Amino acid sequence: MRATAEQKGFPLPSSLKVVPGTEAAQAAYPYYMQFAKEDDERFWFYNSMHFPEPMCVFDMITAEAAYCALGSANTRVHSLPTTLGIDCRIINGRVYIGGNAVTDPAEIAKRTQEFQRRAFYYYANWERLFAQWKDKMMALIQEAEALPKLDLPEFEPLEHVHAGRGIASNHYILQTYQKTLEGYFRMWQHHFEFLLLGYGAYLTFFDFCKKAFPEISDQTVARMVAGIEAEIFRPDDELRRLAKCAIELGVDGQFREGVSPDEIIKSMERLGKPGVAWLKELAASRYPWFNINVGDGFYHYHRSWNDDLSMPFAALPGYIANAKKGERLERQTEKLMAERKQLIADYRELLETDEERAAYDQMIELAHRVFPYVEGHKFYCEHWYTNLFFNKIREFGGLLAQHGFFPKAEDVFQLSHYELEAAIVDLMTSWSNGSPPRGVSRWPAIVRQRKAAIAEWAKHETAPALGPVPDIIDDPAIVMLWGITRENLDAWLTAGEKPDSNEIRGFAASNGVVEGVARVVKSAEEIGRLRKGDILVCQITNPSWAPVFQNISAAVSDIGGSMSHAAIVAREYGLPAVVGTGTGTQKIKDGQRIRVDGGRGVVTLLE
Amino acid sequence: MHSSENIGWFNDIGLADRPTVGGKGGSLGELTRASIPVPPGFVVRTAAFERFLGALEKEEAIRPKVEALGSDQLDEITALSKYLRARLERAPLPDELNAELVAAHTELCGAGLDSPVAVRSSATTEDAEGASFAGLQDTYLWVTDAPATLRYVRSCWASLYSVPSIAYRRKYGLPESGVAMAVVVQRMVNARTAGVMFTRSPMTGDRSVVTIEGAWGLGSSVVSGEVTPDRFVIAKITGEISVRDVCDKHVQHLPAPGGGVREVETPENLRKAPCLTDAEITALKDIARKVERHYGRPQDIEWAIDHSGEILLLQSRPETVWSSKDRSPVAKPAENPLQHVMKIFGGRR
Repeated sequence: MRATAEQKGFPLPSSLKVVPGTEAAQAAYPYYMQFAKEDDERFWFYNSMHFPEPMCVFDMITAEAAYCALGSANTRVHSLPTTLGIDCRIINGRVYIGGNAVTDPAEIAKRTQEFQRRAFYYYANWERLFAQWKDKMMALIQEAEALPKLDLPEFEPLEHVHAGRGIASNHYILQTYQKTLEGYFRMWQHHFEFLLLGYGAYLTFFDFCKKAFPEISDQTVARMVAGIEAEIFRPDDELRRLAKCAIELGVDGQFREGVSPDEIIKSMERLGKPGVAWLKELAASRYPWFNINVGDGFYHYHRSWNDDLSMPFAALPGYIANAKKGERLERQTEKLMAERKQLIADYRELLETDEERAAYDQMIELAHRVFPYVEGHKFYCEHWYTNLFFNKIREFGGLLAQHGFFPKAEDVFQLSHYELEAAIVDLMTSWSNGSPPRGVSRWPAIVRQRKAAIAEWAKHETAPALGPVPDIIDDPAIVMLWGITRENLDAWLTAGEKPDSNEIRGFAASNGVVEGVARVVKSAEEIGRLRKGDILVCQITNPSWAPVFQNISAAVSDIGGSMSHAAIVAREYGLPAVVGTGTGTQKIKDGQRIRVDGGRGVVTLLE
Repeated sequence: MHSSENIGWFNDIGLADRPTVGGKGGSLGELTRASIPVPPGFVVRTAAFERFLGALEKEEAIRPKVEALGSDQLDEITALSKYLRARLERAPLPDELNAELVAAHTELCGAGLDSPVAVRSSATTEDAEGASFAGLQDTYLWVTDAPATLRYVRSCWASLYSVPSIAYRRKYGLPESGVAMAVVVQRMVNARTAGVMFTRSPMTGDRSVVTIEGAWGLGSSVVSGEVTPDRFVIAKITGEISVRDVCDKHVQHLPAPGGGVREVETPENLRKAPCLTDAEITALKDIARKVERHYGRPQDIEWAIDHSGEILLLQSRPETVWSSKDRSPVAKPAENPLQHVMKIFGGRR
């Protein structure tokens, strides 16, 4: 097996070269994320699901904090029998990860015993622990919101002096930075407290369904488990509510294409009572439901609805028009619930024996118990908290930019979190001793160089995997979170052999076949280019994209599985969707005619 | 439409009548009575065969001659088979029987219209089915008049005396007195598209899907394997069409002038075009579920869609391959339901 794998294997990490001219930018990543000689012995894959674009050096904190927390949950907290944590490397801005499998039977036995004392306790007490989790998460969010504003005044405020505070403002700058980082690392610990257990229980049911009904689609199993009133639907629900309010208050005429959110808000204020009433409703929706970003929480530039209202506002005219046509805007949760119940009952009836039905009942019960966490955690972690975190770092960027460290606040993300702490200490020292900060002559050139490197790396494709192919992939984390199986890898190995194929394959996410014009939307700002009936082609969608689905005829995404946001929303809207194509946005040209077969997971290029 | 000892109209028969109308005939009657669309027809019951054979036996013994043979006497079996088949195919029907069958044919097809029919043997026992199926032509399509119909009825009967059939019966020592055959006479659909479908996946045994195979023209091109049919898989419950394999259907079977079937090249624009619309796939699935529910077990179904778009079933029989497999349960209930997660976390999946 090993020999075959090597014959047809992936390139070794040591054979991957840093793009010439970007060596200094590559060196900016922490030493423990650089590939080393011994990494050639192991299998790695490109985590394009979470990191589809080259990562600037600060944003790598998202990988660092996430894998740190995932590993501790697996290895030390719940003791997953066959796996420890995940190792992470970066080259040319691309994040590669590798699982750490446990293969020694004695070790597995020992870990199994621990697992049943730990994980089983979580399953058995899920509701209580999850309620506790929400409290912890809300407390963490409040802590982050309460972090002080950054200020280095010319003189320490008189009241601090008179109160005898004894600690000057520069100290609080460093303290706030350290608290910001600490909170972010803690958030990821919370994130993984339940996640693998949740996915595992879901996959247990999924696995049963696939064995009992080998041809059942992933989306059907997903529909049996998916919650109806999950947090991920809320932002979109809020928009529908705001559309309805606008009509009821008679202010819906203010929403016209080409008018900016600022202008609309101003015109609402001018309208007086009804306009102000609508703005009040808007404020209620924004906190907390507009705290969703247009990505998946791994890039600083995926801003939230609250940071940029153009996305939610662009959707309002459509919802208003639909409401005026008499369409019911509220999601019909009771009807959806009844449909889910019926689906579960219908498949249950198709099982061959009562014994199987009893096992099915046990498994779906557990899947339903864990799923609210699986669906709901992202809103709190990857969206709400992550927005607060990146915005706080942006504030540090603003302060440093103001003192000449680099031209713009956004440039702060070109520094690693260690470098940023050094720059902050530099600034606090400079503020204290009256000398100019040393960083002013250091950082602008480095920031330019790193930005150029990111732009360069984006032009280069990277190998989907590296190193020897394992005989079996038995790591539940890798299988669950990334859908990596031996079959996938074999497909990747042969993918290069048919470069001319006009077909792109992905996960069958939502049933139906549609032909139409592809609109390749690389960032949320481009959403305005979508015309009614277009096929959306994008890297990833998340809850903030939901409003777009009212206008498109199908969706294709680079990233995501059958439970990804694009898949869930597409099913809600009854649109065909293929997700997890890997390369859709690269291979499909803007304006090209394509066919999307959401039942088979195939996109065909028609011209 | 009066059924009699010799004739059973589809409306009057069901599976319970299998001993006299055979499996195929009983099933068509059963479907008709369950209000599932089936082209009209009747069965020439085994009594008619007995009457016919009885008349022949009076002239010269048939059954004793067969019973006298040993299963290893292949030369003798071959010689007797040739002689008996020729005799059965040539002998006229007893007058009364002849008149009754012609009258039934007229009633089915309309006097002077001679609408085409299919004539198909309908064996009364599994054994007979196994024996008579040994590669023998026992289905006659697009038969356009009463004389031809009666001729093919006799051909079906004669197939009981094929070499493999006789050899089979001799091998197992089956008594000749129990050997009988019914024959189905059914109006034929001038199919635009036809094929087969299974109420479970023939590949995986999955009972949650209906697998449909179809091609242009008459279904014989699909059944005989002369064309690679389009293949569709549709989920019974959600109606999702998960597979749409559209193949190059290079030929199709069409009615031949003067009766029978001819193979013609499929027009270029149809070869690689899907032979079914999504609406038709869904309608076929609905009918398949109805049939399966009626029988209470997975079915293997032949269907056709005529030029007006009407769907008709030509045959339904129990699926046997997967149904007879011993299968261990996918999972058993666990005393502690949490144990199920060890399938995912326990390793060695």
